[in-house]
Amino acid sequence: MFGWEFPPHIAGGLGTACYGIVKGLAYNGVETLFVMPSASGDEDQSAARIINASDVPVEFPANLSVKTFLDKVQFVHIGTNMVPYLDPQEFHDLVEKDKKRQVRDFRINYGQKYKFSGKYGSDLMEEVARYAMIGGTIAMEHKDEFDVIHAHDWLTYCAGIAAKQLTGKPLVVHVHATSFDRSSDQNIDTRVYEIEKRGMEAADRVITVSDLTRNIVITKYGINPDKVVTVHNAVDFSGKENMQVERGVKDKVVTFLGRITFQKGPEYFIEAAAKVLKRTKNVRFVMAGSGDMMNRSIRYVARLGLSDRFHFTGFLRGVEVQKMFALSDVYVMPSVSEPFGISPLEAMRTNVPSVISKQSGAAEVLKYAFKVDFWDVDAMADQIYALLNYPALSEFASKHGYDEVNALKWNNATAKMKKVYESVIK
Amino acid sequence: MAKSICLYFQIHQPTRLRQYRFFDIGKDSHYYDDFANRTILRRVAQRCYLPMNEVILGLLRENRNFKVAFSISGSAIEQFDRYAPEVLDSFRQLAQTGQVEFLCETYNHSLASLASPVEFSHQVMKHKAVIEKCFGQTPAIFRNTELIYNNSIGEQVFEMGFKGILTEGARHIMGWKSPNYIYACEGRKKLAVLLRNYALSDDIAFRFSDRGWENWPLTGEKYLGWLKNSINEAGDVVNLFMDYETFGEHQSAQSGIFEFIKYLVHVVQSDGAFEFNTPSEVVKKYKPVDEIDITETISWADEERDVTAWLGNELQQEAFNKLYGLYEKLSLINDSMLWNDFGHLQESDHFYYMCTKFFSDGEVHKYFNPYDTPYEAFINYMNVLSDFILRVNDEYSIIDTTFAESAEKEEVARKVTSKPVVKKKTTEKAVERKKVAEKPVARKSSAKKTAK
Repeated sequence: MFGWEFPPHIAGGLGTACYGIVKGLAYNGVETLFVMPSASGDEDQSAARIINASDVPVEFPANLSVKTFLDKVQFVHIGTNMVPYLDPQEFHDLVEKDKKRQVRDFRINYGQKYKFSGKYGSDLMEEVARYAMIGGTIAMEHKDEFDVIHAHDWLTYCAGIAAKQLTGKPLVVHVHATSFDRSSDQNIDTRVYEIEKRGMEAADRVITVSDLTRNIVITKYGINPDKVVTVHNAVDFSGKENMQVERGVKDKVVTFLGRITFQKGPEYFIEAAAKVLKRTKNVRFVMAGSGDMMNRSIRYVARLGLSDRFHFTGFLRGVEVQKMFALSDVYVMPSVSEPFGISPLEAMRTNVPSVISKQSGAAEVLKYAFKVDFWDVDAMADQIYALLNYPALSEFASKHGYDEVNALKWNNATAKMKKVYESVIK
Repeated sequence: MAKSICLYFQIHQPTRLRQYRFFDIGKDSHYYDDFANRTILRRVAQRCYLPMNEVILGLLRENRNFKVAFSISGSAIEQFDRYAPEVLDSFRQLAQTGQVEFLCETYNHSLASLASPVEFSHQVMKHKAVIEKCFGQTPAIFRNTELIYNNSIGEQVFEMGFKGILTEGARHIMGWKSPNYIYACEGRKKLAVLLRNYALSDDIAFRFSDRGWENWPLTGEKYLGWLKNSINEAGDVVNLFMDYETFGEHQSAQSGIFEFIKYLVHVVQSDGAFEFNTPSEVVKKYKPVDEIDITETISWADEERDVTAWLGNELQQEAFNKLYGLYEKLSLINDSMLWNDFGHLQESDHFYYMCTKFFSDGEVHKYFNPYDTPYEAFINYMNVLSDFILRVNDEYSIIDTTFAESAEKEEVARKVTSKPVVKKKTTEKAVERKKVAEKPVARKSSAKKTAK
């Protein structure tokens, strides 16, 4: 299994999901070798053996030529600039020269270890490419120890493809998010899109975290629907105790928690807040998190004159997130596009009723969350108001929501994954 | 008759807020970063206030004709008292020479003059009292926060009994007029308006140590030459108004700023073309040449010389409106803790930190700003303000209740059955009465304006 991060050092939700999957697979009797770019050694290895790609030098058996190896790993060369206005001959020469340079570069790098940052920085493309080379090497070394290759999100697809090419083992790619969830349709990163598409095409099966994402994979990437399977995410609450927090304010609290970016729909939350505040005063809205839309949101709130009732917390970590949930009365996730969205599950687990957008994967599995179209600010305001003012409703939602999310276990989700694996092993 | 140089220095230190999270609202009502406030104040005291006071004291003792004026904000005086009482002592020493004039300003270096006439007057009176207590003199000249001025502020200041006011000789206001004359407030001829000569003031305050400046290094003789040129063109007095922190803090001791000021005073006095006068002396010595009509509010800040550094964007306006929106409730509350915090939250610096004009005067802004971005400044301020609003509302409802209770007791004593509706009305009346009491000041001035 190729991942990018693993608890305890995580930046996004991917690491947490991988951890849940690995544990769930262990429960279902599937052993996992988990490869990640940069392990720190304090990862929980009870469910999977962790291979740190930073410890592995690029090597391959003597019976393979450098060229074949590079062909197989489909080394994505970084820094390939767009060159306009070249006639075909010139272009061919350029490509050939480039290939030769790659082989030379590779010879220099051969036998070297590469220190991955395992972060999401500016060298991301470079790291993705190197991860593919080392992924290939690792796959060759452990050829006899696995039956299926499972790669999580585009960062690891190249490694997955390389491993498949070099070992002939079936490949499953797992789509947690697509380029279309990271930005609007016109602004997607085409390099990332290319890698995603290639990964999905090379895969024997594609697992998506929701039907929403499955649709995107089929329509926007042109993947054959027969090989795309939805396995909804679950959530692992072990080790998380609900905390009791003493409240400083008497008012009810409505919370938005997540990155403040276009895809999360922060402005719809603000507009709904304005509508609710018009009708009732004893409520406060909190926007927790940070992101590129944060400053715009602050200005918007100021312009609407809500700043004494609408608070920003900045980025919250670990315990603070739990505290924020514990302080909330209603949780809102107005995402414009959300492959799954684990946060409402966490909220409901803390007995906080949630209002979520229909454009989220979580909406497909949550019966006791309130669902609205992200753009339908009136409906959103209406539901928030109702949850704040009708105790019967919020108690009902909180009680059933709690039971509902507790039933979403990785053990069940991974049982489905196991079936997917079985279908591709010949 | 010798022409005048009027030296005036401004001293202020903001009461910086601590990092106040959303989670603190309603739980912790201590708002200030005591550590930063103490550290910064002690640093500036060592670099500027103490050494510069010594320089000034030396000059005053050497020459009985040397005069200088200060205004020290109440917030700064509070911090001196708490963290560096020796600074306050050294200012007292300066005051005892009799050659130093202390001016009046708003106690908290606030923008109250733009918000509420009543709070403005409250701030001014509070500052007047503290100056009397600390330095034993009653200020006769007023300088508003950041030299903010317009006709209506002039009128209010005159009504409060001041003889003169300091403001900026902003180019767009002056036109062809020279800042080197004394003017009178539009419609209030008895109030003298002293205008800052910004070019000559900024030569010292901003450009002194700039090695890229074509006039670097600045010497006493060179500067005296400029003073003479300026006054020969037109005028009676050159008003040099600047931050006191210029000496030793903004311009480091190594730049030679202390030596420069010492030498400049010697050069000016041996030359004889100028004498040093305090603002009060200037007001007595010269007659206003004209009335000056300033309808748009001006200040000494930034290229624009207006109030956009504090109230230019929606964040600042929102914070400002929410803060002064509390005034009506607060006016019924007699709680010194709340009033004290209300004062500190009014400091103009908090609004300055939220300024988004980062391109032209951004450098200056950044220098004074403890926050990385204006947005952080806004969030922090609003979190603090939210807690403050809670406290005001709580106290307000307590006052309501006690009022109601006492009314009830009285009525029970009179054996008349009481209804809650009656109580509420009386409270409302009290509010109204207060409002009516406030209004005449404003009305009177506007009536006079139309009469003229």
